[in-house]
Amino acid sequence: MTAAEFEPGQVQRVLARHRPRRGEPIFRGLVVLASLTVLLVIAGLILVIASQSIEGIRHNGVAFLWGTTWDPVHSIFGALPFIYGTLLTSFTALVLAMLIGVGVALFLVEMAPPWLAGPLGFMTEMLAAIPSVVYGLWGIFVLAPWLRDFVEMPLHDTLGWLPFFSGNPIGIGNFAAVVVLTIMILPTVAAVSRDVIRAVPLAQREAALALGATRWETIRIGVLPYARSGILGAGILGLARGVGETMAVTMVIGNAPTISLSFFSQGYTMASVIANEFTEATTDLYRSSLIEIGLLLLVVTLLINAAARLLVWRASYSAGSRSLLA
Amino acid sequence: MTLMTDQTANPAAAAPVPVPGARAIEVADRADVSVEHAAVAVEIEHLDAFHGSHRVLRDITLTVQPNSVTAIIGPSGCGKSTLIRCLNRMHEVTPGARAQGRILLDGQDIYAPGVNPVVIRQRIGMVFQRPNPFPTMSIYDNVVAGLKLAGVRDRALLDEVAERSLRRAALWDEVRDKLHAPGGALSGGQQQRLCIARAIAVEPDVILMDEPASALDPISTLRIEELIDALRASYTIVIVTHNMQQAARVSDRTAFLTVGDDRAGYLVEEGPTPQMFTNPRRQLTEDYISGRFG
Repeated sequence: MTAAEFEPGQVQRVLARHRPRRGEPIFRGLVVLASLTVLLVIAGLILVIASQSIEGIRHNGVAFLWGTTWDPVHSIFGALPFIYGTLLTSFTALVLAMLIGVGVALFLVEMAPPWLAGPLGFMTEMLAAIPSVVYGLWGIFVLAPWLRDFVEMPLHDTLGWLPFFSGNPIGIGNFAAVVVLTIMILPTVAAVSRDVIRAVPLAQREAALALGATRWETIRIGVLPYARSGILGAGILGLARGVGETMAVTMVIGNAPTISLSFFSQGYTMASVIANEFTEATTDLYRSSLIEIGLLLLVVTLLINAAARLLVWRASYSAGSRSLLA
Repeated sequence: MTLMTDQTANPAAAAPVPVPGARAIEVADRADVSVEHAAVAVEIEHLDAFHGSHRVLRDITLTVQPNSVTAIIGPSGCGKSTLIRCLNRMHEVTPGARAQGRILLDGQDIYAPGVNPVVIRQRIGMVFQRPNPFPTMSIYDNVVAGLKLAGVRDRALLDEVAERSLRRAALWDEVRDKLHAPGGALSGGQQQRLCIARAIAVEPDVILMDEPASALDPISTLRIEELIDALRASYTIVIVTHNMQQAARVSDRTAFLTVGDDRAGYLVEEGPTPQMFTNPRRQLTEDYISGRFG
């Protein structure tokens, strides 16, 4: 096509033909519809869960929240062991995954040579692609026996007088669940932290280096404070995954509704009890009580997210942490 | 290297004490500080710098006089910033970047084997093109960051240095009531003066400035230039600037770099600023200064 073929005004005439843009309202309608769908699904979900759990709420009352007995045969339903199990395993796993994940992220961004950072980052993300039932299988057949023989036994023998290490070290239990959860949360925390740390301006690192900071000092004063709110965000995403994780945890936690400080004790989580007992819920009340646990799980997740958002907001808004704490 | 300060007396009381090789000064608009500081020379000998296989600087030999402001000027891509970043070994921080040659700081080669760049950077402060305070740290913590890194924990000393550095950076009066507000909350010009306060808090021998005013408005630029003028008595200052008027205003000596046929920057000439701007020895310099290229 040569430029000379166009006459003056031709482009304007072509543009004029396209004036009535019918695509605009269609596009607008489609995106509005898409967002309404999300709202409808969430509203419907909450409505169904709430209405289905009404029978349980009526029968169990508020004591559902702190009742420790789960006895479907005698229609006694207390959800505390499940709440405890969920919070204990996810928060412990979160702490461990944050320590390892932020370490991995710092290594990938700040230290690893490119030929290592690429494959290592990819492998970390691969951890997220492994189906959770496979983690469960690995947990039962590999991790639990190994933990029993090489971690729990020695701990029990030496530090058994502490409440955390008392009880029967059989491998299956809270500890195994925490380890599996940590591995499952890790890729989320590491990948998000890596992106956040990578986004810290070079100028921040140079500011620290130019003051005579070593590599670690540069990370401490130039990189981590800047990335703080983003790393917190990474933790929230990880926690959300940990709280809701069902299959792998169900397979290794032991499924006993007990509340114990011991790492070796068997436990139960909200997600696990729903998955395990749904088929056995022969009475309407039993079924309704399980759905009530589902409702509770939803509320706990919302609370965690709200608290976390507040935390991130405070960290990013009040830029001066020291003045905040002082 | 001692700093004498008088933070309470009026300008007349803070009588400068003459010291050979150092002019006692009064900070222009905050005339309540006077300082002497025995600064040192920087001798660059046959410096080559590379980015990967590309040579950025070719055979630079240049002596930076103590207690003076040396401006480095030249067209874009001539390696001005690279040169200044070689002086505190920041160049090598970029992956694939390296330098060879000798740079003598007070007679000692900072590129000698076994020299720790971290120690060098404590003695040679740097101010960057874009103000880069630590945004989550308070103003106070920003200023004393270098001291804290060096392990200083004495609260009284930190307080004193913070105030002294902020006064010398002509920022004290604007921030004295909000020392614990975050450094990121200041205006651009204030942030740059905060960065200068942070650089001088550790009492370096040399201060490097990489286009320190190019991201600032004219008023802030003027304040930075006044500050440079005030700091010259105590420090050896090297400033990179693409603004020739600025070079003419603030510097004692000017070095002109340009790009060779091999795309490597080299030094055309260096001399006293008045001579460089009125009667340069080389035609290339005159062409650049008179705006015929670059």
